[in-house]
Amino acid sequence: MVELTFDPAEARAAEKPQDPRRASLGRLILTDRFFKLLTRAAAAFVLLILFGVIFTLVEGSIPALREFGPGFVWTEDWNPVKERFGALAPIYGTLVTSIIAMLVAVPIGLGIAIFLTELCPIWLRRPIGTAIELLAGIPSIIYGIWGLFIFAPFLQQYVQPFLISTLGNVPGIGWLFAGPPYGIGILTAGLILAIMVLPFIASITRDVFETVPPVLKESAYGLGATTWEVVWKVVLPYTRAGVIGGIMLALGRALGETMAVTFIIGNAHRISGSILQPGTTISASIANEFVEALQVLHTSSLMSLGLILFVITFIVLAAARLLLASLNKRAGG
Amino acid sequence: MDRGLYRRRILRNRFHMTMAVATAVFGLTWLVLILAMLLIKGIAGLNLAVFTEMTPPPGSSGGLLNAIVGSLILTTLGVLIGTPIAILAGTYMAEYGRHSKLTDVVRFINDILLSAPSIVIGLFVYGIMVRPMGYFSGIAGSVALAILVVPVVVRTTEDMLLLVPSQMREAAAALGAPRWHVIRYVSYRAAKTGIITGILLAIARISGETAPLLFTALNNQFWSTSLLAPMPSLPVVIFQFALSPYEDWQRLAWTGALLITIAVLTLSIVARLLSSKRTV
Repeated sequence: MVELTFDPAEARAAEKPQDPRRASLGRLILTDRFFKLLTRAAAAFVLLILFGVIFTLVEGSIPALREFGPGFVWTEDWNPVKERFGALAPIYGTLVTSIIAMLVAVPIGLGIAIFLTELCPIWLRRPIGTAIELLAGIPSIIYGIWGLFIFAPFLQQYVQPFLISTLGNVPGIGWLFAGPPYGIGILTAGLILAIMVLPFIASITRDVFETVPPVLKESAYGLGATTWEVVWKVVLPYTRAGVIGGIMLALGRALGETMAVTFIIGNAHRISGSILQPGTTISASIANEFVEALQVLHTSSLMSLGLILFVITFIVLAAARLLLASLNKRAGG
Repeated sequence: MDRGLYRRRILRNRFHMTMAVATAVFGLTWLVLILAMLLIKGIAGLNLAVFTEMTPPPGSSGGLLNAIVGSLILTTLGVLIGTPIAILAGTYMAEYGRHSKLTDVVRFINDILLSAPSIVIGLFVYGIMVRPMGYFSGIAGSVALAILVVPVVVRTTEDMLLLVPSQMREAAAALGAPRWHVIRYVSYRAAKTGIITGILLAIARISGETAPLLFTALNNQFWSTSLLAPMPSLPVVIFQFALSPYEDWQRLAWTGALLITIAVLTLSIVARLLSSKRTV
């Protein structure tokens, strides 16, 4: 008696050699599936980088955080010999240099963007715009070496004595400009950061300004508005989210910037009221000490600094991206 | 007619526009000054020895040969490791997973990695490679640079693939081409220049990076092409030499800075020329 069974796999196998077309189609489908999986894995890899960074930093920070607890964040000590570490001075330096950079670079960057979109003759717009974008790509170590050899001596000789003798005597803010002119220090680092993020702010805000529909500007001009009124009452309100997003993106850069600052901050682990004195930032501390750190606690404290820096910049950059995305959505819809 | 109001408005406009021009001139002046000083100081130290001799010990003269070669190796390897992953990831985001949740998340995270502090990437690679291996190495430096390449190339690949008109994909699909054939023979070809531009920009970005190399590739005063040993690189040598008290070293630092800037600017300009010729 013949058993009547039907095995689909066997049937397919039996069918295949008779139908080369189906076989090659099957191969194509398999390859396609493989390729799709491969690309998906690569996309997931980007997420893996992020988790890897967070995991490594947290894991490296554990010894320091176990030893010092949350007090690590608000302790000023930094003494590798006694193995006492606290993050306050680098955090303070990072924030103050970035604030100085933003105070200087934002108005100038916006000025450049306004100049490029409203005032500059058309034939000059592309060359200047391109030059600014190229400058945004210059590595930070170039700004660092320039700051160390040219800018800091210049400040020390001409600008800082002037600041000390004038603003240094103003009651209320005099303490900001106290002490001898070192050249290097918090103020110099802030100014170099400002010069560094300037092309960045200028080119982003210019791009954002260009998303304003010409009709809006033309109708304002048509009603007799001056250029300034168009900028202030039409362009800026329309692009507010994008401009703030661009500024925060630049802030993210300034906070994490390493080489330009390391050259000229002076690397002193202390908080001085005067912005003319040397200080340190998170990234400068890591760059200077990590290779030489011998004790576990020292290395781990530097890792904790890296973790703090990453968390701060992550928040700032995420906020910046969300703001820029909201502008894009409006421009698209 | 209120003449005073008009006057005030005109004056205010004139004031603010003058300020805009002044700030633009002021800002651009600094940037020009930096480039000018770099040229003056850099060219002063430029001679044949820079390209033929090793980095010198303190107090004597020499060149930057080992640092230049080290930089070339690190950058090349970084690009070779980072680019394939990044192009595949960009392909997923623009082709297979255009509307998937994963794409949205990856795009957001990628944009953040794009401007994340590079020194943190250095710490990361130290943690996953240098510490387990027990020594600083060229390969660790390359991996650190590769991680910086990924976000740049992912971003441009996705953007460029999204610019390829859907009709082209549909036409290929209608001829019976499977998805990966469509991607390989239609999308990639159409977006080729754009993707190459992205890679060039990524090279420009990493060729000046110093922070992630400080505790991965470290530095090496001697000629070394072994990937398992500390490897010198131009940016790290500049960092070390510029902060030294020796004049010879400082001069070499300026020359190195000039070389890096020229390389970066050339790459960016070529990338720009390519993308302006783009047909898509």
